Formats: sequence, C-alpha cells, structure tokens
Amino acid sequence: MDVHATGTAQTGHSHPTAGLYFKVGLVLFVLTALEVGLYEITYGGRAGSFAPSIKPLFVPMMLMLSAAKFALVAMFYMHLKQDHKLFSGVFVFPLIIAAFVIVALMALQAYHFAFARSG
Amino acid sequence: MTAHAHAAHLETSTGLDNRKVAIWTFIGSECMFFATLISNYLVNKGKSLVGPFPHEPWTSPAGQHFEPIFEIPLVTLGTALLLFSSLFVVLALSGAQRGSRKALIGWLGATIACGVFFAGMQVYEFTHFVHRGLGFTTNLFGSSFYTLTGFHGTHVAIGVLWLATLWVDALRGKLPPAKSLNLEMAALYWHFVDVVWIIIFPVVYLIQ
Repeated sequence: MDVHATGTAQTGHSHPTAGLYFKVGLVLFVLTALEVGLYEITYGGRAGSFAPSIKPLFVPMMLMLSAAKFALVAMFYMHLKQDHKLFSGVFVFPLIIAAFVIVALMALQAYHFAFARSG
Repeated sequence: MTAHAHAAHLETSTGLDNRKVAIWTFIGSECMFFATLISNYLVNKGKSLVGPFPHEPWTSPAGQHFEPIFEIPLVTLGTALLLFSSLFVVLALSGAQRGSRKALIGWLGATIACGVFFAGMQVYEFTHFVHRGLGFTTNLFGSSFYTLTGFHGTHVAIGVLWLATLWVDALRGKLPPAKSLNLEMAALYWHFVDVVWIIIFPVVYLIQ
C-alpha cells in the first residue's frame, strides 16, 4: 500500500473520483462567473437602473459566494471532507482566529474613525 | 502495505504521517499571516488622500487625470486559471496515486502552466499600475494592495517552483505511487494559495 493510501486507510475513507473533481470545478467556475456578473450589473459597464437596488446586497452576496468557493476547495480538493478530523481542526481553528482578527481590526478602526478621533 | 509504510504508520502518536500534519499546521499559520495582510488592506480601504484609486477616476491638484486602476477582465481570467489549476493538481495527484504517469505528468504540467500564467498576469498588472502612476508609496491603497497581492504572488511563484521540481521528478520516473505524499503536500499548499485568492479577488477587486 502506498503512503497516501495508508493515510486514507487510517480514516476509513477514499478520495473523490475524477468525475466529482470535474463537477466541483464546474461549480467553482459558475460561482466565479456569478461574482463577476454581479459586479458587472452593479458597478461595471452593464450597470442599469436596477443597480442601486442591488448595491445593499452586493457585499453579503460576494462574501457568501467566496465562502462557498472556499468551502468547496477545502472539502473536496483539500480532502478535508474525507481526511482525518485532526487536519480539519488544524486548519479551521487558525481560520477562526484569522476571521476574528479581520473583524476585530475593522471594528477597532471603525470605532477610531467614528468616536476616538473626534473625542 | 509495505513494511516501510507500516513502520511509518506506527511511529507517530496520532497514526498520521508527520509530514502531512506539518503541512496542515503550516497552512494554518499561513491563514493568520494572510489575515493580517487582508486586515491591513481593509482598514486602509478608502482612506487614501491622493490617487490613483482602484475604482474611481482622480484628477490631481496639478490637473493630471488618472483613470480607475483595476482591469477586472484580466484578473478574472487569472482567477479562472488559478481555480482550474486546483482542479488540475487534484487530477495529477489522482494519477500519481493510481500509478498513471501520463496523467500525472500531463495534469501537473497544466497546473504549472496555469500558475506561470497567473504569476505573469500579476507581473503585467503591477508593471501596468506603476506606469499609470501607482507606486508602492504613492498612497495607502498602493502600499496595502502591493503588500497583499505581492505576498500572494510570491506564494504562487514558490508553489510553481515546488510543483516544477515534482514534475521533473515525475518525468524521470522518481514519483511512484509510494511517494505520492510528496505531491499531496505540494497540492495542499497550492490549494491554499487558491483559497487565499478566492478571498482576495472579491475583497480587493470587486467590492467597492
């Protein structure tokens, strides 16, 4: 048994098939096209009269689309869905800290510009 | 299972290959590294006192006019190729694990080609931006943009070099299924570079 197969045997799972990899690739491509399409109809050259109504939803939609792409790559291409849970823990725990750092720094900066500078 | 693989399996307290735990730990630390760079970009977003700006035109007090700096179609092409490269590298890994040398060499070559194109796109983009008046110290946007995307581009270049060494190994028949973990580690790093770009692309280029 090769080294990789040993690794998967430890978890009792095997890696996805090429067909599933292609399906995930197609979904990633479609999600990216959606991102750029949304940008085009909101801010780009194809922005129409409905653009102002989309603008409030633009950032949440972008974040949701990129989160979906991130999760697909992590689960299927990085094999976190099949591999040992320790790998998920080693990846997700710093990811939570990273997300907290980004949100905390943005909140701190917003507070600084809203209150601290004027005070 | 070979005796060597069996021994390697038993030598670790977790039962997992130490090299794979190490690459995941490294990737975890890289998450925090890029979080600082993304934070830096976001807290400085929209606070530049002078242009050029990413999405808006700007005229300097001296009357010099600057167009918005970003070119979304080119970056979209680079993004698509980076996503495809993630698909190609898992197919190369699958080929390596099955012992299919043809699939390994072909898909790994395609991955490297996508990585080279992406790095080239970034070099072109940076050069183009400098010619249009956006240097590293021009404004807050320039400093935080070049720092974030420059570090990502450096990671892409390192990934291309890593994958290229494995491609040469594969060409010389030195990457048999028993050594496919070598490619799996490089593939995990490459996917990480891809997921970082999945965040950077909308945050930097699309969201205004």
